[in-house]
Amino acid sequence: MSGFWVMLRREMAMAWGRGGGPLLALTFFVATATLLPLAVGASPARLAAVAPGSAWLALALASLLSLERLFERDYEDGTLDLLALGPVPLEAVAFAKGLAQWLTNGAPLALAAPVVAVALGAELRLVPLIFISALIGGLGLAFTGGIGAALSLGSKRGGVLIAVLVLPLFAPPVIFGAGAIEAFAGGLDWHPALGLLSAYGLAAAALGPFAMAAACRNALS
Amino acid sequence: MFQALANPQRFMDFSRWAAPLVGIIAVILIAIGLWLTFTVPEDYQQGDTVRMMFIHVPAAYMAMFCYACLGGASFMGLVFRHSLADAAGRACAPLGAGFTFLALVTGSLWGRPMWGTWWVWDARMTSVLVLFLLYIGYMALQAAIDDEVKAARAASILALVGLINLPIIKFSVDWWNTLHQPASVFRAGGPTMPPAYLWPLAIMAIGYMALFGSLWMVRVRSEVWRKRANGLALQAAG
Amino acid sequence: MQNLAIIRGERLLFQGLNLSVRAGEAVALTGANGSGKTSLLRAIAGLILPHAGNMKFEGPAGALEPEDARSQGVHLLGHQDGFKATRTAWEELLFQVLWTGGTEASARAASAQLDLDRLAGLEVRKLSAGQRRRLALARLVASPRSLWLLDEPMAPLDTARRAVFGDLMAEHLAGGGMIIAAVHDALPIAARAFDLSSLVGLTQ
Repeated sequence: MSGFWVMLRREMAMAWGRGGGPLLALTFFVATATLLPLAVGASPARLAAVAPGSAWLALALASLLSLERLFERDYEDGTLDLLALGPVPLEAVAFAKGLAQWLTNGAPLALAAPVVAVALGAELRLVPLIFISALIGGLGLAFTGGIGAALSLGSKRGGVLIAVLVLPLFAPPVIFGAGAIEAFAGGLDWHPALGLLSAYGLAAAALGPFAMAAACRNALS
Repeated sequence: MFQALANPQRFMDFSRWAAPLVGIIAVILIAIGLWLTFTVPEDYQQGDTVRMMFIHVPAAYMAMFCYACLGGASFMGLVFRHSLADAAGRACAPLGAGFTFLALVTGSLWGRPMWGTWWVWDARMTSVLVLFLLYIGYMALQAAIDDEVKAARAASILALVGLINLPIIKFSVDWWNTLHQPASVFRAGGPTMPPAYLWPLAIMAIGYMALFGSLWMVRVRSEVWRKRANGLALQAAG
Repeated sequence: MQNLAIIRGERLLFQGLNLSVRAGEAVALTGANGSGKTSLLRAIAGLILPHAGNMKFEGPAGALEPEDARSQGVHLLGHQDGFKATRTAWEELLFQVLWTGGTEASARAASAQLDLDRLAGLEVRKLSAGQRRRLALARLVASPRSLWLLDEPMAPLDTARRAVFGDLMAEHLAGGGMIIAAVHDALPIAARAFDLSSLVGLTQ
């Protein structure tokens, strides 16, 4: 078990250390959100209507960013060989990586999400729910994205390929996450949506590592 | 039956006569289906456009059936490491994508007179669109990895992940649809399907299935030949 | 290993390979480039699945499950070092040692033994190839595992360092360890030679 914690600590240290950590994803998030009013016009009513949803969309896209480095660097410099021969199975390694991705990438994005949404015109009372849905949703995004990252090891065009593989699979968390906020904004019951979002995230965290490990073994073989 | 066909040589022998036969059956059935499509009485609500249903609904059904086949082939390929299963998966994907594309186009054409627009984001069309993206992803992944064996295995993992996710995606899209009060809903033939419609639908569906079966066998055969040709070329090169 | 055959891509690298290694033995794998030395090492490590044949691992108490044998008893040192360029040498060594079952103390000892202490605080990207290779070898010394699978381990090292490495290998063998090394030149220790190009490889 201690191997798992060693792995987790290392992943988190590396995520913060390399390339400014989540700063890149945060900047991308803000930049994408900035394009929205430029694209649809700055009328506050129109923007406010789509603010939570657009924030969620930008969140999903920004989550894709650091996925490429999740496995690729370990694969390229031979670390993945070492990880495969360690004290914990590759599934646990994949789980640690997904968890680190969520904590170092998903959490900062979740903190930024309400800010972006409010800037786009969302009401202030939505802020807590936006943060929570982004945080919980981030779990599903991290692990589903991790599957795409592992599958595209050894391929050409890594980043774009990961996006193509993973974006259709992002449909459920986007639907449930944005849906929860919409429901709350409209005065409807938002609990089911949040529950479904959590269920998706937990399922992704539980099952994703198996797919990730299988994909890693395939890439190493 | 699968055990028997798993042997590549036996599959080749079987498909040599089976593929053309099933292909002929497909052509006959689809011809009958199309004839029925154009002679069946109009729907009181949708008029002539209901004829598109006979092309669209079986295509949408095939889109999902093919993905299930893709999932099955992927599972076999991963568990048994059988090269024929890998070939079956690789052969199946473009066919499934083709049916999905047909479903999307005919769905759009069918809905246009009613919706007034070329596309509407209702539950069914959105699900089919996502399914199309899953097919594209599968083919893109296979094309992006140079090592064929690794590419096939990675794509198989993706197909299984997609298969597990498909009900979740369908459920979430249905849920989303009820949340957002869709612009319009079209049902295949209305609340109850007149018996006159059942026959063409069934015939087209079986015809599509036969078409898929025949084309699939042909594609798997060409995969097997391609591999043999590659092997010979490598051998000749020393 | 009995009757091992390995296929890479579409090529059958070799078949009918039989090899056994006992405690205290070293094997030097030789053969032309592409004859499958690296693939054989990776197959022993469990990263590649052989096309045919089987492999057995035996510990002091009897037969071992391959998974256990590999996760606790095998070191694989390939062409790449497995170090992150922007981390310091000590951080990377410590992680690798802890990961493979060593302790911080043993890592320090190995670092000292391989003359790496002055490099400890440097970032890995500032190290030369020979220094990185020594850092990688420190892991082998610090985490005790019986089987060392080495892929051209001494390529970037100079003669003096090769002698040091030879001593380390001898120490390992003396302690009951095993070494299988793919080499182009001779190893600095006594080893049984095994030539892979003698095994006929066909294309499929």
